[in-house]
Amino acid sequence: MSTTTTEAVRVERPTSRVETFLGRHAAMIPTFAAVIILIVLLAGAEAFLRGDFITARNLSALLLDNAYLLILAVGMTFVILTAGIDLSVGSVMAFTGILGAQLLVSGQPVWVAVPAMLAGGAAIGLLIGVLVQYFNVQPFIASLAGLFLARGLAFVVSLSSIRVEEPAVLWLQQTRFRLGDWYLTPTGIIALLTVAVAAFVLHLTRFGRTVYAIGGNEQSARLMGLDVARTKVAAYVISGFCGGLAGLALTAYSGAGYPRNGIGTELDAIAAVVIGGTLLTGGRGYVLGSLIGVLVFGTIKTIISFMGAEQSWMQIIVGALLLLFIVVQRVIVSRSERRR
Amino acid sequence: MTHIWKHRLFWPLAALITLIVVNSVARPRFLSITMRDGQLYGALIDILRGSAPLMLVALGMTIVIATRGIDLSVGAIMAVSGAVALTVIDGSNDPSNLGTVLVAIAVAVLVALVLGVWNGFLVAVLGIQPIIATLVLMLAGRGVALLITGGFITTVNSDPFSYIASGYLTVLPFAFFISVAAIVALGVVERRTALGVLTEAVGINPEASRLAGVRSRGIVWGAYMLSGVLAGVAGIIYASNIKAADANATGLFIELYAILAVVLGGTSLAGGKFSIAGTVIGVLIIQTLDSTILFLGVPSAQSPVFFALVVVLVVVVQSPRMRRVIGSMTRRRSRPEPDPDPERDRERTGVAA
Repeated sequence: MSTTTTEAVRVERPTSRVETFLGRHAAMIPTFAAVIILIVLLAGAEAFLRGDFITARNLSALLLDNAYLLILAVGMTFVILTAGIDLSVGSVMAFTGILGAQLLVSGQPVWVAVPAMLAGGAAIGLLIGVLVQYFNVQPFIASLAGLFLARGLAFVVSLSSIRVEEPAVLWLQQTRFRLGDWYLTPTGIIALLTVAVAAFVLHLTRFGRTVYAIGGNEQSARLMGLDVARTKVAAYVISGFCGGLAGLALTAYSGAGYPRNGIGTELDAIAAVVIGGTLLTGGRGYVLGSLIGVLVFGTIKTIISFMGAEQSWMQIIVGALLLLFIVVQRVIVSRSERRR
Repeated sequence: MTHIWKHRLFWPLAALITLIVVNSVARPRFLSITMRDGQLYGALIDILRGSAPLMLVALGMTIVIATRGIDLSVGAIMAVSGAVALTVIDGSNDPSNLGTVLVAIAVAVLVALVLGVWNGFLVAVLGIQPIIATLVLMLAGRGVALLITGGFITTVNSDPFSYIASGYLTVLPFAFFISVAAIVALGVVERRTALGVLTEAVGINPEASRLAGVRSRGIVWGAYMLSGVLAGVAGIIYASNIKAADANATGLFIELYAILAVVLGGTSLAGGKFSIAGTVIGVLIIQTLDSTILFLGVPSAQSPVFFALVVVLVVVVQSPRMRRVIGSMTRRRSRPEPDPDPERDRERTGVAA
């Protein structure tokens, strides 16, 4: 009897150590998986395509082309961590972009136009946050109202696209800080700074811990005396603000404001956040994971255009990846529920 | 009198009647219906005809929402179904043949059914959150539709096919009869059998209804299949109306309008009790509002602002906080009542809204 027990323990020890590791770091597994997928994608592209995929220029362009999406994904991470969702970000980006372009064309200086863009985004975020927190509206519906409002307002500002010739805005896109073949644009720096600030706020401040606590269990967070109401509203304001910032990045990138920009971009941002390992049920995830998610998204896009395939594959592949990650998340959640 | 006041369809119906009254005052021709060649024409007829795709999608959405779910993929399913139907017709030798069109419709609806089965599988069997599960198809569906049409906008010239959206059956548009058939069929199946009650039971408390012996998995799965099929038919009507399959534009934002119609009709997004009549009224409100906005000379691209205001107004009026404020105003002179239980309050919001 005793011998069998010791044997069983000896056999089980390696597995149980793995189990403990997985149990303790369950929240990080999806993000690790995203990193692995990113590496596989890059290596696969390098091996099967022309062999000149991993170049400094391509990787630099990856950040440049997806700077706006990265900024949106950072804002979305805050909202999803509080177990909410923000469908409005793509429309907010279009609205603030066209608003900024219109202000610049009508002769306003940059230091009026850019703060107006950011404030416009934050205001729509505030509206959504107040509806969610104080009127008990589901985040889905509240941000749906935000989507309609921002999209409609974009067309109220202008029905057609407006070219931007303001040097300060174009500078954001055209300047290249070079290091050998690598380069960074100011838009890329803004995006990376957004990630850095968000990571700092989420992991090292009281506000960030409250965000995680709300996503984990809102009721408990409230009973612990955390300021749930203000934090939740703030998460949507941050997402709206990021929408405004993304509007700036996209306006600089395309050199124009266009009211039809960003239709469906909210889905790309959600997909990037989920691929980056943030649980849609809230409380678990990392803003650095969202960075990885955006890079995965951008890499797939680049590979598809390298292969000369149709961009419609993009939607199908991202959909399939999303499904894969959701199923992985589902397994993780049900495992941790079983342990409780 | 209080019975009328408290009926859950009172507010949606009042909103619809107000809209119609405002319209007929602003433009007297709104209510006029003219008879030409034995067919009726007029703004109201246009509303009935134009509302058909949204009506079908919203009916499916009502049942899905009643099971505590949501189906974001309806727009994508519409795009796929339209693409399939037009590709079949386009590929045949005789696009004007009635048989070809019927086959195309059957194939398209079958594909839509498969997509509905897929959604239902993710939600009912794998237990994934409905928003997320249907998001997958919402993302991938349009890509599939683009692949089917080869990235182009397929156009066809087929009289039997365009009849679906623009033809008249006796005096009224054929599309209107499709809506009516769907409303009646759904009403009979859900309200004359136990299915409606079982659906509500699953939505109110999935665990309790499962323990009570309700086969919740099948009911939830069926709801998504129904939503898929109805979206497929809606996609065919849409494609028939523009005589083309445009994978990017078909059913864009329709999931949002459908959800709005369901909410306007008084079905709570929290699941449970649903009202088919409410959804019908909700769809008519949206379509009338759309027609009003067009009449006001507002570019249709700007109309989302109005819908945003409507959504905000409706959700704020429905919210427990607002109800408490209104309640305390009307009850000020009567004896003070204890603070209403939030749980009951939420339930009431769902029922009375």
